[in-house]
Amino acid sequence: MSAWKDKENDPRLEGIASAIRVVPNFPKPGIMFKDITTLLLDPIAFKNTVDLFVERYTGKGINAVAGVEARGFIFGPPIALAIGAKFIPLRKPRKLPGEVISEKYTLEYGSDCLEMHVGAVQPGELALVVDDLVATGGTLCAAINLLERAGAVVVECACVIELPELKGRQKLNGKPLYVLVESH
Amino acid sequence: MSAWKDRENDPRIDGIASSMRVISDFPKPGFKFKDITTLLLNPEAFKNTVDLFVERYTGKEISVVAGVEARGFIFGPPIALAIGAKFVPLRKPKKLPGAVISEKYVLEYGSDCLEMHIGAVEAGERALVVDDLIATGGTLCAAIKLLEHAGAQVVECACVIEVPHLKGREKLNGKPLYVLVETE
Repeated sequence: MSAWKDKENDPRLEGIASAIRVVPNFPKPGIMFKDITTLLLDPIAFKNTVDLFVERYTGKGINAVAGVEARGFIFGPPIALAIGAKFIPLRKPRKLPGEVISEKYTLEYGSDCLEMHVGAVQPGELALVVDDLVATGGTLCAAINLLERAGAVVVECACVIELPELKGRQKLNGKPLYVLVESH
Repeated sequence: MSAWKDRENDPRIDGIASSMRVISDFPKPGFKFKDITTLLLNPEAFKNTVDLFVERYTGKEISVVAGVEARGFIFGPPIALAIGAKFVPLRKPKKLPGAVISEKYVLEYGSDCLEMHIGAVEAGERALVVDDLIATGGTLCAAIKLLEHAGAQVVECACVIEVPHLKGREKLNGKPLYVLVETE
C-alpha cells in the first residue's frame, strides 16, 4: 500500500481539503463540525476523493467494502463499485430488515449500537471499513468487531478526515487507518 | 430519454430483480419489505443498476443528483460521479450541520421532515432525485419540493424499485419517474 509520503505530495489533496467546511457549534456548542457536504458539491473534488481510495485498494483482493451509516454510504459504494467488491451497509439498530449481528459501543454520553446483516460477509473475506471521518474511533472499532465476528479480515479503515487529537487511530484493534486529510 | 420498452428488454434487469430479497413482516406485521442490501452484495448486479441510470442521464445536462437518506446515499453518489454532477444529501431533521430548508410530509401515522442545505443548488440547475424505492411517493414529493424551493428544475425521479399499487407515481407534482423493477 502507498506511503504517507506519496499521499502528502498528491496535488489532488489540496482541493479536497479546501472543499470541506467547518460548521461551528454543531451538534453542540464548542464542537467544530467537519462538513463533507460541500466536498460533494464539487464534482472534481468528490471524484478525486474516491479515486485516491480506489488507487490504493485496486488489485489488493478486497472482497467487501463496509460503510458506516450514513456518510459512509456516500463514500463506500463508489469505492466498492470501482474495485469490484460488494458493499455492506453497517446501520443503526432496527434499520436492517433481515437477521443481524449487533455491536455496542460507547459514546461521550451513553452508548450506541451498530448492526450488520448475517451472511453479508463470509469467513476469510478481505474487507475495508469506510466512513467520512474518524474522531474517537468508537464507531470504526464497532465496525471492525462486526466484520471480525463474521470471520472477515479487516485490511484497513479508510476515512476522508481524521481528528488526530482524539487518538482514534489507536482504538482500531491494531488495524491500519488511511485518511486523506487531518483536521485540528 | 429511453422508453419503458427499452428497459424491459435489457438483459441486465433480470439479474438486478433477482438479487433483491423480500423480508416479511418488516418493519411491522403484514409488510413485505423490499431489501436492496442483497443487490449490493452482488458487484455485477450493483454495477448494472448504476450503469442503467448513468446511461439514461449522461449528456442530459443534469448538474445535481439529490439522494434521500439513507438508501438514496448508496445509489445517488455513483450516478452523480459518473455523470459529473454534484451530490446533494436530503436528510432527516437535525443531521445537516449548516443552514437548511425543511419540507414536512405525511406518513401512514404522523409526519416526518426532509432537509436540504441552503446553497446546495442554484436556481435553474437541472436535478434528479434518487432513492432505492418509491411506495406512496410522500418522501419523493418532499424531495421535489425542496429542490424546487431552491429554484432547481427536477428533471426526473429515479428509483430501483416501484410498488405500483401504492400509486406514488401520481404524487410527484407531474414529474416523471423512472424505475428498474416493479414489485407487489
